[in-house]
Amino acid sequence: MPIKMSRLNSIREVEHLREWLREQRKNITTTVMVCGGTGCRASRSQAVIDAIGDELSRQGLNPSVRLCVTGCHGFCEQGPVVIIEPGNIFYCHVSPDDAFEIVYQTVMNEEIIERLLYTDPVSGKKVRTESEIPFYQAQDRQILSQNRMVDPCSIEDYIVVGGYSALPKALNGMTPADVINEIKSSGLRGRGGGGFPAGRKWEECWEAPDNEKYVICNADEGDPGAYMDRCILEGNPHLVLEGMMIGAWAIAAQKGYIYVRNEYPLAVKHSLIAVEQARELGLLGENILGSSFSFDVDIARGGGAFVCGESTALMASIEGKVGEPRAKDVHTVVDGLYHKPTTLNNVETWANVPSIILNGSSWFASKGTQNSKGTKILALTGRIKNTGLVEIAMGTPIHDVVFNIGGGAVNGNLIKAVQTGGPSGGCLPVDKFDLAVDFDVLSEAGSMVGSGGMVVMDEETCMVDVAKYFLEFLQDESCGKCVPCRLGIDRMLEIITDITEGRGTPEQLDLLEELADTVAQTSLCGLGKTAPNPVLSTLRYFRSEYEVHINEKRCPAGVCKALITYQIDPDKCTGCGVCLKGCVYNAITGTKKQVHVIDTQLCEKCGICRSECKFDAIRVV
Amino acid sequence: MQTRSLNQILEGRRSQPNQLIEVLQDVQKNYGYISEETMQSVSHSLGVPLIEVYRVASFYKAFRLNPSGKNVLTMCMGTACHVRGARLLVDQATCQLGVKTGEVTQDGLFSVEHVNCLGACALGPIVTENGSYYHHMTPGKLRKLIETLSHREKKDNQDANKNVQA
Repeated sequence: MPIKMSRLNSIREVEHLREWLREQRKNITTTVMVCGGTGCRASRSQAVIDAIGDELSRQGLNPSVRLCVTGCHGFCEQGPVVIIEPGNIFYCHVSPDDAFEIVYQTVMNEEIIERLLYTDPVSGKKVRTESEIPFYQAQDRQILSQNRMVDPCSIEDYIVVGGYSALPKALNGMTPADVINEIKSSGLRGRGGGGFPAGRKWEECWEAPDNEKYVICNADEGDPGAYMDRCILEGNPHLVLEGMMIGAWAIAAQKGYIYVRNEYPLAVKHSLIAVEQARELGLLGENILGSSFSFDVDIARGGGAFVCGESTALMASIEGKVGEPRAKDVHTVVDGLYHKPTTLNNVETWANVPSIILNGSSWFASKGTQNSKGTKILALTGRIKNTGLVEIAMGTPIHDVVFNIGGGAVNGNLIKAVQTGGPSGGCLPVDKFDLAVDFDVLSEAGSMVGSGGMVVMDEETCMVDVAKYFLEFLQDESCGKCVPCRLGIDRMLEIITDITEGRGTPEQLDLLEELADTVAQTSLCGLGKTAPNPVLSTLRYFRSEYEVHINEKRCPAGVCKALITYQIDPDKCTGCGVCLKGCVYNAITGTKKQVHVIDTQLCEKCGICRSECKFDAIRVV
Repeated sequence: MQTRSLNQILEGRRSQPNQLIEVLQDVQKNYGYISEETMQSVSHSLGVPLIEVYRVASFYKAFRLNPSGKNVLTMCMGTACHVRGARLLVDQATCQLGVKTGEVTQDGLFSVEHVNCLGACALGPIVTENGSYYHHMTPGKLRKLIETLSHREKKDNQDANKNVQA
């Protein structure tokens, strides 16, 4: 670490450091940014990073060309992703073998490598720059766009792009009441699921009479199908830390925790590094920037329990106990971690704080709807062309997200529904796609924004199976403390299993609704209260699918194993024999170049033949 | 990875009951599971009743109470992976290896696990094998992966035997 990177004792020293760092980087002519997020790493981006690094040294381009390993860009489907600045050139599906060309042609000679460019699946055209990609164009990337500018393991990067400007602003010239008022008037609501106004939470915690207070960042992103918190914490941990520091200053907390899922090893690693770096610069510790404010943060690794997304369960877990929720007669802002006043917000909420302080509440409130302000990050996944993280202004219709950003269905299928809000949310049918992404609008429709998962479902998705999937998930994740949740989910799952296995009766649907209602009304915590949502919303909008399962013993989407058979379409089968070789159950017979046949008695419906057939000849009926 | 001894893990955490989960996380990371003896030592060192240690160790998904197989296949069961057919993958792995999820094959070479979400939803269905990610998996690809791993294990075994004979 250079001499300059030592403890900062005043606000002025932060600005000096920033100027000095910018001066140091004046001679960098080109930056090659390679995504090192979990998604791209799954597509072997580490090998690309190494290859480009080697190539840059071989060509003697250091230090004028900088290789920056960034966090997630959100377009994981296209990984590994490489962006070259200046020029904003976007290369996707890059392999280590492309390193020489990228360095020699693009970095040294400013030539574009056509084959690495992104092809828009809608228009079929090659796109040259990141900003021209329709997936990004239709978004409003306030938080996500910052990921591509910084190496998450470098506090210098964060400072160079203007980070740690909001904390000095809050410390110098803003009282805690000013900060809280700013957050209140911005209209920022919790991004973790509940949508509770963050400013009000802070205010109540600030007013709570106690000298010892805590702030917590909930990074226990347990919703299956949502990964925006992983992306932010992994890609820009200092942004989250700065938000927490401002919150701690406002409510007068001395200690903070980041409760992060252990299933996100990179997020754990990067937040540990960030905390260590902030301590070295004196941004965490005693008398931060020469002020009277002292604050430190520790990382608590979650043990993998969905219920720990519930605030009281999460706090129990930080205390080293079993993550069971308690009745919230007294709110956690008064009686929270170790029975002290505690402000808990999730990663995305904290990440919004620095820019609200810097740009003012009216800037934040200028985006969004009447009661849902700012932007929201959605994890757009499922049966859709463009999957990835999408940041949009609140109030954007679902239709725009699914079709304009997501590019519509795959394989020409018909889109049937979106599931939003994870296991606590619900499924909305296509005719509700004009609804806006807004906390209140989606709740009224029987779903919720939740943490922002948006899973697109098409005609090959069975809605009864989706309800069953969530019930299985919740049965597994129910902590077991209260009876309605522990036993109610079990009974609902029994009924749904009957329906998917051909034993369903029409009366069971009424019983299912009654049970769902009881569980919702009598469970102790949020997990139980919202557990019936996937069942209720699918019953509300897709009752006919349940009825087909019950009355005709048929699964129209071809998913429920007990109700389907695999067949070979004689018009499409070329007799290539791939399915025959692949079938371990010897259920397929046929001779070369003749139509093959599946013996339904022997077929175990494992799906191998269907996944291997290149002619799409295997049908499920 | 260098294995830390239990004493090293407990260093600076003794008599602090709130460190229970952190200690168990490190035990899990270093030893792959939490044994009864370890639970007893942890209980003694942190001042937490053994029943509470067991309760925490069995409550959270992150902790295993017995060793896993040499090759751990983890199926992501997130919603995004589910709608792209993750259940077929679980069926494939469990049928092919003859174990249920959470179990280890008799030869100790494989175990099949499932996880709620790995956060790589855009690339689903995802399977990891000892931490390496395999994306856009199909039952066919998974079968080949398991076959390849089994062949490798057999070959390693034969080579080891040859070395012994030589």
